[in-house]
Amino acid sequence: MSAAGELAGLSAAPGTTVRAVNDPFHGDLLEVSMGPHHPSTHGVFRMMVTLDGETVVKLKPVFGYLHRNHEKLGENTTYLGSMPYTDRLDYLNSMTNNWAYALAVEKLSGQPVPERAEYLRIILAELTRLLNHTCLAGFLLQDTGCSGTPLMYAFREREHILDLFEALSGSRMMCNYQRFGGCRVDPTPGWLAAAARLVDGYGRFLDEYEALITGNEILMARTQGVGVLQPDLAVNAGATGPMLRACGVDYDLRKVDGYGFYPRFEFRVPLGDHGDTYDRYMIRVLEMRESIRILQQALRDLPAGPIIDAKAKNRGLRPKAGEAYGRIEGPKGEIGFYLISDGGPNPYRYRVRPPSFINLTVLEDMCLGQTVADAVVILGSVDIVLGEVDR
Amino acid sequence: MSEAPPAPAAPEITAAERDELRRHGILLTSLEELYNWGRSNSVWPLQFGLACCAIEMIAASMARFDIARFGSEVFRPSPRQADLLIVSGTVTKKMAPQVVRLWNQMPEPKYCIAMGACAISGGPFKQGYNVLKGIDRFIPVDVYIPGCPPRPEALLHGLMQLQEQIRAQKISGPEAPRHLRPEASGEFPVPEFGGSDLVPPRNPDLWEPPTIVRAE
Repeated sequence: MSAAGELAGLSAAPGTTVRAVNDPFHGDLLEVSMGPHHPSTHGVFRMMVTLDGETVVKLKPVFGYLHRNHEKLGENTTYLGSMPYTDRLDYLNSMTNNWAYALAVEKLSGQPVPERAEYLRIILAELTRLLNHTCLAGFLLQDTGCSGTPLMYAFREREHILDLFEALSGSRMMCNYQRFGGCRVDPTPGWLAAAARLVDGYGRFLDEYEALITGNEILMARTQGVGVLQPDLAVNAGATGPMLRACGVDYDLRKVDGYGFYPRFEFRVPLGDHGDTYDRYMIRVLEMRESIRILQQALRDLPAGPIIDAKAKNRGLRPKAGEAYGRIEGPKGEIGFYLISDGGPNPYRYRVRPPSFINLTVLEDMCLGQTVADAVVILGSVDIVLGEVDR
Repeated sequence: MSEAPPAPAAPEITAAERDELRRHGILLTSLEELYNWGRSNSVWPLQFGLACCAIEMIAASMARFDIARFGSEVFRPSPRQADLLIVSGTVTKKMAPQVVRLWNQMPEPKYCIAMGACAISGGPFKQGYNVLKGIDRFIPVDVYIPGCPPRPEALLHGLMQLQEQIRAQKISGPEAPRHLRPEASGEFPVPEFGGSDLVPPRNPDLWEPPTIVRAE
C-alpha cells in the first residue's frame, strides 16, 4: 500500500499550493521522522512530517521523550521542596519559573512580599528575559544554517548574565533563588553595580547584533512570510508571549495583570504585524530593548529594606485548604502554577501551565505548505524548551 | 630440558632522558603512544542534547570555555561520525531505547560520558516513574561527571579524564580495549518501551544491583 493511499484525505492548507494527494503523475508522499535525535529539534522533540516533495503537508508532533514526572514529584514533596524542581522546567529561565511558583504559593498562603524583594524579582526576571531572547536569536540563526557565529555572540552575552546569577545565587543555571515571601540572598552593592554596567552595555551588544543580522538579506528571505500565524488562531489555541504578540495581539501579563510592581515601570509592549517568523524574531529584539529600560529604572529605584518578609514561612509550610493560580509573563509566554492544598505539607494537586507546550500546538498550522527546511526555522521561532514541554 | 635464557629487559628510559633527547630533536615513542595520542586529541562528540546539561554542553563549546582546545569542538550530528556519546541529561524510559540505538550506531572506538546527576543515577528525578535510574544500566560509561548541571569546566575535566584513559590503552594483548578485540562487541541490546517499564529493565552484563555486605 502506498503512502499516498494511506494518507488520502489530507487537505491542503487554504491558500497554499499543495497538489492533490492522489496525483498519479508524481511520486508518493514521504513520511520523515525528525527526532528525537535531530540537531535542530532543540532537544528530544520529534516531528512526524509528511512531505510532498519538499512541502510539508502534515506534521504531527510526538511528545514525552523528556517526561520527568514533574507534577507527580511536586505532589510528593513539600512546597519549598518543589522550588528547585521548577528550575529544571524551563532550564534557560529558572528565575521566572521560581517567581511564578513563589507567586502561586504566596497567593495560596497569603504571604506579603517586601518592596525590595519585588524590585529584585523584576530585575532578575528581566535579566532572564534578556538571556532567553539572546539565546533564541542565536539558536534561530543556527537553525537557518548560519552555523556557529551568531550562537557564539549570543552565548558570550549569556555568560555575562550567568556570572551575575552565579554571584547572587551560587549556581549558573539552577538558581533556586526565590522564596515564599521574598528572595533568598540580598545582592551586594558590587553586584548591583555590575548589573548596572551589564545593562548599560547591553544596548551596544544589541546594536552590534542587529547590524549583523536584522537587515541581513538571507535572513529576511528565509523568515519573512514564512510560518504565518493568524491572530484568531493564536488566541484560540491559547498561545501567549512573543508568539501571540508577533501576530499583533496586545496581551502582555505585565500590563494585563500588573503583577509585582510592573505598573510602576514605564515600558512599551512591542507588537508584530504579520505573525511570521521574522516578526517573532523582531519582537524578541524589541522586547530586549524594553527590558533594558525596565532594568535601568529598577536598578535606579531599588529601595532599601528587607528582602524577605519577617513572618515569611517556607519550611514546614502548610497552607489552608484552597486553591491558587499564580502566573507571570515569562520570556516564552504565560507561565503559571496551579496549586490545590488540602492543608497538608504537600500540594494535593500541582499543575504547571507551560507556555512553550501550548505555543507548540499551532506548529502544524504554521508549517503546512512550507518547506521542510522552513519547518525547522519555524520550530526555532516558537522557542521551545523540552523540559517545559514534556515536564 | 634447557630453558632459553630470559631476554634482557629493555632499559627503561626516564622522563628526564626523554626530555633531554627531545631537546636535541629526537622523539622517542612507540606505536601505542602515537596511536593513543592521536585518538585522544580528536574525540568528536555526538551533537545530542537531552535536557538541561545540554545547554552547559553547548556553553562548553562556545567562546569562553572553548572545548576546541581539547580537540573536541567537532560536534557531529550523525552517530556514524562520532566517537563520544555525552549523555547530557535525564534519560526517560521512552528515550532510553533511542539512546542505546544511537550508541549501537556509533562506530568503534567509542566512548561514553554520563554528564550530570540524571544520567548517572536519575538525579533529582530518580523517584519519577518514567525516569531511567542511570544510563549505565544499558551502555558502558567511561566517565561520570557529577553535578546538576555540571559546570562547563567539569565537562572539560571529564573530557580530560577520558583522554587520560585513552592514552593509557594497550594496542595488543588481553588488556586491549574493546575495539581491538575481535570477540568483543560494541553493540548492546536495545530495550523496549514496555507496558510499565523498560523490557528488560537493565542489561545484566553491564549492571548489577549493588549488594550490601555487612561486617560480621
